[in-house]
Amino acid sequence: MTNRTRNRRAWAKASARRETPLGWLLVVPALAAYLGFVIYPLTAGIQYSFLDWNGVGAAQWVGLENYFRVLTDETLLGSIRNAFVLILFFTLIPISAGLMLATLIRSMKPGLASNLSQTILFLPQIIPLAAAGIAWSWMYAQTGAVNQVLGWVGLESIGRAWLADYDTALAAVGLIGSWVLTGLCTVLFLTGIGKIDASLYEAVRIDGASWWREFVTVTVPGLRQEIAVLSTITVIAALSSFDIIYTTTLGGPGRATLVPGISIYRIGFTQSDVGLASAFGIILMVLVLTLVLPLQRLSRVRDN
Amino acid sequence: MTLAPLLNMLSAALQPADVNPTGLRWPSDPQWGNFITAFNAGNVLRLMGSSLFIAIFVVPTSLLFATLAGYALGRLQIRGGRFIFLFLILGLTIPFEALMIPLYYVMKDLGVLNTQWAVIFPLIGLFMPFSVAWMRAHFLGVPKELSEAARVDGASTFQEFIKIQLPLARPALSALTILLFLWTWNQFLLPVVLISDPLDRTVAGALTFFQGQYLSSIPLLNAGALIIIIPTITLFIIFQRQFILALLQGAVKG
Repeated sequence: MTNRTRNRRAWAKASARRETPLGWLLVVPALAAYLGFVIYPLTAGIQYSFLDWNGVGAAQWVGLENYFRVLTDETLLGSIRNAFVLILFFTLIPISAGLMLATLIRSMKPGLASNLSQTILFLPQIIPLAAAGIAWSWMYAQTGAVNQVLGWVGLESIGRAWLADYDTALAAVGLIGSWVLTGLCTVLFLTGIGKIDASLYEAVRIDGASWWREFVTVTVPGLRQEIAVLSTITVIAALSSFDIIYTTTLGGPGRATLVPGISIYRIGFTQSDVGLASAFGIILMVLVLTLVLPLQRLSRVRDN
Repeated sequence: MTLAPLLNMLSAALQPADVNPTGLRWPSDPQWGNFITAFNAGNVLRLMGSSLFIAIFVVPTSLLFATLAGYALGRLQIRGGRFIFLFLILGLTIPFEALMIPLYYVMKDLGVLNTQWAVIFPLIGLFMPFSVAWMRAHFLGVPKELSEAARVDGASTFQEFIKIQLPLARPALSALTILLFLWTWNQFLLPVVLISDPLDRTVAGALTFFQGQYLSSIPLLNAGALIIIIPTITLFIIFQRQFILALLQGAVKG
């Protein structure tokens, strides 16, 4: 180590020590906002989850009873099941479609067409999910565009009011999520593909690999980081979906599209069972954590 | 495929207001007047004002707090900084749904329930994990030599921050501005839960009000919904490069 760098390190160390009080001062506003409006409500929620409370009157301590109720109530368990079904539409479909589309767009000549497709694919990211819900409830209506298109190809017999049908409502709502998230996945994959070493593609091509083999051996492994990131985002979006369901079905017909977010809203504000709603909120948070943390670790381990 | 629902909204919005339209079909006599009707009946001006009011407090405050904390955590490397950072990052995994019930009672206790402040305060808090992480990542990426050179020249921490760090942070700050603005403008759950009068909500949160109002007229509902998304779409088309970059980086870092 040269004298110069040694001096510099010592200097940096000294200055770091000197700046600790100032540094703490700078952190205070952010930390205060976070503690006051995220952590404090969270602890309040944990507290409520042990109470039998209607939000106004006296509260009664009931221990873990609310948690047992969530985990034994068929309706609430059903809403968790629905959220897992939504992962199929929010995660699996957008990521697979995104991979395909990105490969396809990459093979197009760069320029206007691919720029334009990027912009268009991104539009759903810009508009509020609630507006997407409104647009799609009209598409799915009995007299809507979906049935119209089915009519064109001679399938009017399967036409229906898609969001009002017990068998199709959940899938119909899920596909709105696919519509929103596919653009994000595609564009992120496109930038990811751009970073893959071109010589890898050349190597498999020299080996005479098929399009599919190239896709599986080069593209997908090269994008594993993007896949991990997008899985995290989309799984969270699926488990905490609220806006789309609220503006399309409100959980109906019956409980066909009930998801945890809507359940919590209904229990807490319509049925005024604050304890049960809070317990469900905590369970939802734990669920998100247990699904997302392994995904995070996956992306990190593979990095090394 | 991506455009179809939006075009379908437009085609429906242009049908005569008292007719139930069918499918995707360009109207023979486009009723552009529907937009004016929806604009007035939906109190869109007041809604946009309300959204702007919320965004004007949330976005600059979040930017300021996040820049200060990001600088401290990324550049000054304060003692315990790593712990604070991890503690903040944990907040990224808390779904809004887990907080909506307690936030309702916290805001009630503060006496701000059903006012815009009931959304402004929580949003600033909820944006902190992402925003601080974002700014910290930026400050970590600034070469140390730059600030050390400034120090050797006798600049104070404050001078270095203003003269060297802030100008360098402009791209990171503008991307974060775009993200925070979009997330505030499109925020739905908090306004729906915490503000009972739809006209005091964000534009997105007020869409439910449109739904209730225009239950009988699909053309007007679609016209109203379109008016509401036009400002963000316009901004997006003007700044699409910045938007796409911001959202992509936002996805990776989030």
